[in-house]
Amino acid sequence: MIEVSNLTKRYGRTIAVNDLSFIVRSGHVTGFLGPNGAGKSTTLRMILGLHAPSSGTATVDGCECRSRRRGLRRVGALLDAGDMHGGRTAHNHLRFLARSNAIPRSRVDHVLREVGLTAAANRRIGDFSLGMRQRLGIAAALLGDPPTLLFDEPLNGLDPEGVLFVRGLLKRLATEGRTVFVSSHLMAEMEHTADRLIVVGRGALLADETVAEFAARGSRHSVEVRTDDPTTLVAALTAEGAQVTQAPDGLLTVTAVEAVRIAKIAAARGVLVHELTTRTGSLEQAFMELTGSSVEYATGEGA
Amino acid sequence: MSAQTNTRPATAGTYEPPAEPSAKFTDLLAAEWIKLWSLRSIPWFILLSALATIGVNANAARSARADWPSWTPDHQAYYVRYGALPDAFTRPAAAWVLLAMGAVGAIAILSEQTSGLLRTTFGAVPARREVIASKVVVISAVAAGFGVLVVAVSFWLDEAILAGKYGGVSIGHPGALRLVAASALLAPVGALVGLALGAVIRHSVATMVTLFLLAFILPTTINDNTHLSAVITNALPFRAWTRLILQSTINGQPFPSTIGGAWTVYAVWTAVAVSLALAIVPKRDQ
Repeated sequence: MIEVSNLTKRYGRTIAVNDLSFIVRSGHVTGFLGPNGAGKSTTLRMILGLHAPSSGTATVDGCECRSRRRGLRRVGALLDAGDMHGGRTAHNHLRFLARSNAIPRSRVDHVLREVGLTAAANRRIGDFSLGMRQRLGIAAALLGDPPTLLFDEPLNGLDPEGVLFVRGLLKRLATEGRTVFVSSHLMAEMEHTADRLIVVGRGALLADETVAEFAARGSRHSVEVRTDDPTTLVAALTAEGAQVTQAPDGLLTVTAVEAVRIAKIAAARGVLVHELTTRTGSLEQAFMELTGSSVEYATGEGA
Repeated sequence: MSAQTNTRPATAGTYEPPAEPSAKFTDLLAAEWIKLWSLRSIPWFILLSALATIGVNANAARSARADWPSWTPDHQAYYVRYGALPDAFTRPAAAWVLLAMGAVGAIAILSEQTSGLLRTTFGAVPARREVIASKVVVISAVAAGFGVLVVAVSFWLDEAILAGKYGGVSIGHPGALRLVAASALLAPVGALVGLALGAVIRHSVATMVTLFLLAFILPTTINDNTHLSAVITNALPFRAWTRLILQSTINGQPFPSTIGGAWTVYAVWTAVAVSLALAIVPKRDQ
């Protein structure tokens, strides 16, 4: 379990993380979402003990990471696929990490096999693609078989097969009862991966809930209606308190009234309806709505 | 707002990791050892540096022997008395040992800082002081091994070349052991200074330029006629070495250094370098 309470990090006058509190429980994949510059990486680094918080605490299983002498058996992390030296082979990179934490050498071959890098084990990391480095970083995180895993944007640079692999891996790790915390700036990635979401913007907490709750929160339910008598139906729906917009091709988009109610109103007026579709907003849309005002590096004028 | 609103309960109990073995410093020493030798350039650089150092020294003895017939008897007598022992380890060789081992020490920390590997290392081993301490131990040991090997081979080879009338001496000769010790220790002193400079400067080119200044430029460009400039030059590791290899007392210098002072210079540079590395690197956000 990861507990972050009142965590704040300042760099001079910039506040990267602002009084952030949340809990990440075991047995789930928890997504850590936010636009670029929202403070996700800084938070992960504070959890891992790489950055000292300006105030507040971040603990893993009740213990601050920086107070431990060895880390790999408690927390595995992939923070940045670049955090390795290009001059070493993948095997040697994992070998010294394993040795530093008294992890048996057999684990090195095991995790290399697990991420599909056995054939590349004795190649220099400098010749690796981003996707291969990403896999090696994941192998390093798995090395100590830890109960808690942190992944910062683990899907970056992966091919479709790699994306599927990582999604499957994250789910499996959670099913085994581990705490899995995965950051991303892409909602679509989390939609298929995470059970729960922690959403941040400009270093502050915006949401902490299940994916289903999150989808429901931001989305404006709407119903698309096609009819041969739009005029009558629009008048009737408006009288019922619905907001209706009409597209040039005659498609009506109705909000604030459910599809069943629309069907009943239409039936009562004797209006023929050809099409009646409920549209729920996507997670992407909910995410954009929630973080829209907190985007650090917005394009154009409106942010 | 925390996780009490789960709609999907955990599918399994919390994973309990097996008991951890106790953290041992020797594990970190082994890890640093693997790190150092798994960088392909390091073994080659050390091997070539050793061959170059031994070659430069052997060449000094060889050329003295080759030039011997053309020297006056006075010159020959002077060489036997003052030249044959120092030719076992020459000034360019000493400056090169200082610079090369400084580079190895600097690479040991810079290769982690500039690549981001230090983040991975500190994530795996949050006991940062232990990490830096193990690096210091491994780098000093490797440099000391290099120093002892290079100096021993040079001494044995050169004094064998100069044996007999050319003035070659054995290790029992007055001053010979000091020359060997001072030259061999120059390697770990240089390595630790390089490590500290890399830790403080965190930039490869700037670190190498600073090392070059320390090993080559400053010792030869500052005069020691005033008290201040004499204090500065005497405090440089290379100048401390030049004092330690002298067999006799210094004449004609207004502010000469002493043997004890020169050993102290070695000790102070080492102590300051280790303290800096231990104090600065663990404090930084990674």
